[in-house]
Amino acid sequence: MILARKDILGIKELSKDEIVLILDTADSFIEISTREIKKVPTLRGKTVINLFYEASTRTRTSFEIAGKRLSADTINISASTSSVVKGETILDTARNLEAMNPDVIVIRHSAAGAPHMLASMVKQSIINAGDGAHEHPTQALLDMMTIRAKKGRLENLKVTIVGDIAHSRVARSNIYGLKKMGAQVTVAGPATMIPKDIEQMGVNVHSSLDEAIKEVDVIMMLRIQIERQHQNIFPSLREYAQRFCLSKKNISLAKKDVLVMHPGPINRGVEISPDIADGPYSVILDQVTNGVAVRMALLYLLTGGKA
Amino acid sequence: MKNKNRVVMDAEGIDRSLTRIAYEILEKNKGLADLVLIGIRTGGVYLANRLQSKIAAIEGVAIPLGILDVTLYRDDLLKTNKKPRIGKTDITCPLDDRKVVLVDDVLFTGRTIRAAMDALIDFGRPRLIQLAVLIDRGHRELPIRADFVGKNLPSSLWEDVSVKLTEKDGTDEVVIEMDSEE
Repeated sequence: MILARKDILGIKELSKDEIVLILDTADSFIEISTREIKKVPTLRGKTVINLFYEASTRTRTSFEIAGKRLSADTINISASTSSVVKGETILDTARNLEAMNPDVIVIRHSAAGAPHMLASMVKQSIINAGDGAHEHPTQALLDMMTIRAKKGRLENLKVTIVGDIAHSRVARSNIYGLKKMGAQVTVAGPATMIPKDIEQMGVNVHSSLDEAIKEVDVIMMLRIQIERQHQNIFPSLREYAQRFCLSKKNISLAKKDVLVMHPGPINRGVEISPDIADGPYSVILDQVTNGVAVRMALLYLLTGGKA
Repeated sequence: MKNKNRVVMDAEGIDRSLTRIAYEILEKNKGLADLVLIGIRTGGVYLANRLQSKIAAIEGVAIPLGILDVTLYRDDLLKTNKKPRIGKTDITCPLDDRKVVLVDDVLFTGRTIRAAMDALIDFGRPRLIQLAVLIDRGHRELPIRADFVGKNLPSSLWEDVSVKLTEKDGTDEVVIEMDSEE
């Protein structure tokens, strides 16, 4: 099994075998980050550009560390400090970066499909680090890696995703991935946050948190995008928290060994109470640790001599 | 295509060689103080396991054993599109000031051992590194030699030397396989 593709644009395009290959490779990379010298020479002389048009702490840092631990040179460009503010189009930016001969371009953009457009225009490998409300493949991979590490499998696990499903690229990528791996997926949230026809993706839908997390193995809480509050998709944060905040009151409905996940950044007291975020069920920081390994795996699998 | 597979070492031969290597390791190092065995994935890991048991049977103590995957240190990785699968490295004991015995099944070009030594240095500064192999088939491309050898097996470059072990192949034997194209 090899990863015979130039780009990683979404989970939708990946086969189950490819996902397993990526997760297995990532499992082996975990150990490098625990060494005293956290570096292997594998990607010496390779260049990775992180091109971020949207704010990010975790994903950008994670890609940067992943590249550095493999000895690649990593360069970060954020839109706010680049020629983007002078009006350069994304394609012109990419063509200019291409002319400097990097090997991988990691891109985050608020427009769905931006990485796909770049991938068809430049010869470098493109990794989607989040495009609009479309996909966030590396997040789904690190989530699946975390679940698999804790539960030993993904097949037949009950996973519930809670929050603004309609605007969440994390939810979409995870639904694609978890379904391919044989998990049962349920989504929950206020009706305004559940896309129409979501059932066609093969998921169950609940409008009650209590119903949705009953006897589940994994609960994935999504970040409420407070910046979207003015769009009238939910009345108030307070009401949202009353109905959908994961807390001591409702967590006992899930299985005793439930995993609580969150892609970050968390709004404490809105979608998740602090005692749950920091409590024994939480694997939120394992997700971050595994994120570096997943991104190392992708950089390793995508780069190579094009002989 | 002619099938010219030739068994050059059977289960008893392998076992006797490993027993001798276990004694040689103890003799050369004057006991087992500070010794660490590091098996190179995958064949070397099983052989290192067996050496650990043999040394334990002689001295009554199980010396530390680590597992090393050298893939990320290989010098041909970026020349190929086919990325080899990465196995887990598991070295939990500190290597500083220890006597490390690297264990592999076949010593050929020496490039794997070069990669392994580079990897080991990232884990610490061993007092010395020695090399134990079941088969030395020659054709070195780097200035590397083994300290402990089960069998010297002069081979041609058109042959493939395959060490089969019960743990992974269900049987213990060393086979020379001819390349089919001739």
